Amino acid sequence: MQLTLEFGGGLELLCDSVKIHKVNFDTQAEEEKVTMKHLLPWIRTNLIKERPEMFMKGDSVRPGVLVLVNDCDWELSGQLDTVLEEKDVIVFISTLHGG
Amino acid sequence: MLPCLPLSPSKFLLTVSLAISLFLSSLGPEKTKPRLPEQVSIVCTFMEANGNGVMVNEASKIKSEIESLEAKKSQIDLRISALRAQLNSSNSNGVRKEQVTDSSYSPSTGLSSNGQLSADMVYRYSRHLLLPSFGVEAQANLLKSSVLVIGAGGLGSPALLYLAACGVGRMGIVDHDVVELNNLQRQIIHTEAYIGWSKVESAAAACRAINSTVQIVEHKEAFCTSNALEIMSKYDIVVDATDNAPSRYMINDCCVVLGKPLISGAALGLEGQLTVYNYNGGPCYRCLFPTPPPTTACQRCADSGVLGVVPGVIGCLQALEAIKVATAVGEPLSRRMLLFDALSTQIRVVKIRGRSLHCEACGENAIMTAQQFRNFDYEKFTQSPLSTSPLKLNLLSEDARITSKEYNERIVKGEAHVLVDVRPSHHFKIVSLPNSINIPLENLEGRLSEISTSLEEGGNKSVDTSEGASLYVICRRGNDSQRAVEFLHKMGFTTAKDIIGGLESWAHDVDPKFPIY
Repeated sequence: MQLTLEFGGGLELLCDSVKIHKVNFDTQAEEEKVTMKHLLPWIRTNLIKERPEMFMKGDSVRPGVLVLVNDCDWELSGQLDTVLEEKDVIVFISTLHGG
Repeated sequence: MLPCLPLSPSKFLLTVSLAISLFLSSLGPEKTKPRLPEQVSIVCTFMEANGNGVMVNEASKIKSEIESLEAKKSQIDLRISALRAQLNSSNSNGVRKEQVTDSSYSPSTGLSSNGQLSADMVYRYSRHLLLPSFGVEAQANLLKSSVLVIGAGGLGSPALLYLAACGVGRMGIVDHDVVELNNLQRQIIHTEAYIGWSKVESAAAACRAINSTVQIVEHKEAFCTSNALEIMSKYDIVVDATDNAPSRYMINDCCVVLGKPLISGAALGLEGQLTVYNYNGGPCYRCLFPTPPPTTACQRCADSGVLGVVPGVIGCLQALEAIKVATAVGEPLSRRMLLFDALSTQIRVVKIRGRSLHCEACGENAIMTAQQFRNFDYEKFTQSPLSTSPLKLNLLSEDARITSKEYNERIVKGEAHVLVDVRPSHHFKIVSLPNSINIPLENLEGRLSEISTSLEEGGNKSVDTSEGASLYVICRRGNDSQRAVEFLHKMGFTTAKDIIGGLESWAHDVDPKFPIY
């Protein structure tokens, strides 16, 4: 499955400062549907190069990270249960506080 | 302009004077009369000098006089702007310059009782009135509205300038900070003349200079739970232009308690974010971020840097959203968030969740009360301080630390030593101490052998000693150097010592000319 993963708000620093990753994500899961629940650990293993705790907490993202699936807050599509499809764009963005 | 024909010196002088007086009289009588004799006398001096062949001497005299006059002039300019600001701020308490002279117009809004704009107002805001989708109605709403801008920094600067210019009726500015030279790269409301002044006074003076009809209220204090409700209750719309996590939660909660729409902006590095919270049934900040992020995820502009124009862009957009909310024109950015990436020039507007039923501030069962708000400890909640004062760690025992003065004494004595600077390499490029080796903290583990080699080679020594070289670690402020020393001790470098307060203390206590950043 071709996915575009983007990291912003400082999260890109966890993956060698590269913001956009076009990946081929093939889950080992037997289930029919591929969801965010499968994607997050895959990202932690394959893309995150340092401080994984700055990306994930438990089985979800850490507080302060906004997840957008095709420019839409993942809260609106079922969070971890959001079903992923070919060519989806998933953005992980850390909230900023500076000014 | 000068004649090229061969003329005798006296004729030449006459022609020049005549040309100058003609030119100056064309500028109008007031300016020319006092200046004319001086101008001509300079021409005379020049001509005589030319005749005697001592022009070089005279020219340098003139140059030095110009220089000294310029210096005096800039001092006088500084003094004038400071005095002006003082005058403006003393005028602001009650007495306000008002251009509306017709008594049938309200002095506070420039509107008549039936909502008509005064002639001055029509002229000033004509370009707004000409907009079919904005027009008189929206301008009248703007003139009746009040906006509180919290933070007169990178975001607040453009937001305040535009809100003042566009004719918001009343504007409050909250900030407890003073203007510093390293603010001016992005906080464009402040000028050099105001360095050392309160940011609120400086910002208020700039806003008044643009639009003296706007009522500006100065809140020269930190925004905190004890004064927040009282200050905010006097305004219709709130602009969050602060720079830290606890302030953002506090301002959000206060807006929820008082039912005020919140225009929230943030910027760091080369990215910015913008949303309107608590507006028209939309989510609040806590709906989106119920749990505060770990402190390590809260970077500050003072550490991570920020390109000045990035908060500028976001601050302008905050002014725009505030205007839209105040005038009920257009669709404010509620339930949506704007993400700005300066590097790729990408603006992305994404859809975000609505109000959360479980939100601890605005949810169904847990509407925050004024009393709860007053007692809430935001610093504890977010584990970070409300002020942006830098962290001061104290990880090491006293014998593992040394002051910058003491370090200086030791190097003056010629002690053999190795100095490791653990700042990131782009910091090291800004400025560094001579003979220090740069091993960024994050690379320390992999580069320990470099330290061992340097120590074996005896480090920077000017005097031979029987003892081995000592090991010192320095960073910008003395936090990372402690982390590094802690790690080095574990790895067997038991004599490693941290230089207390880092390069900042070096600049403060040893070498005042050493650049700080």
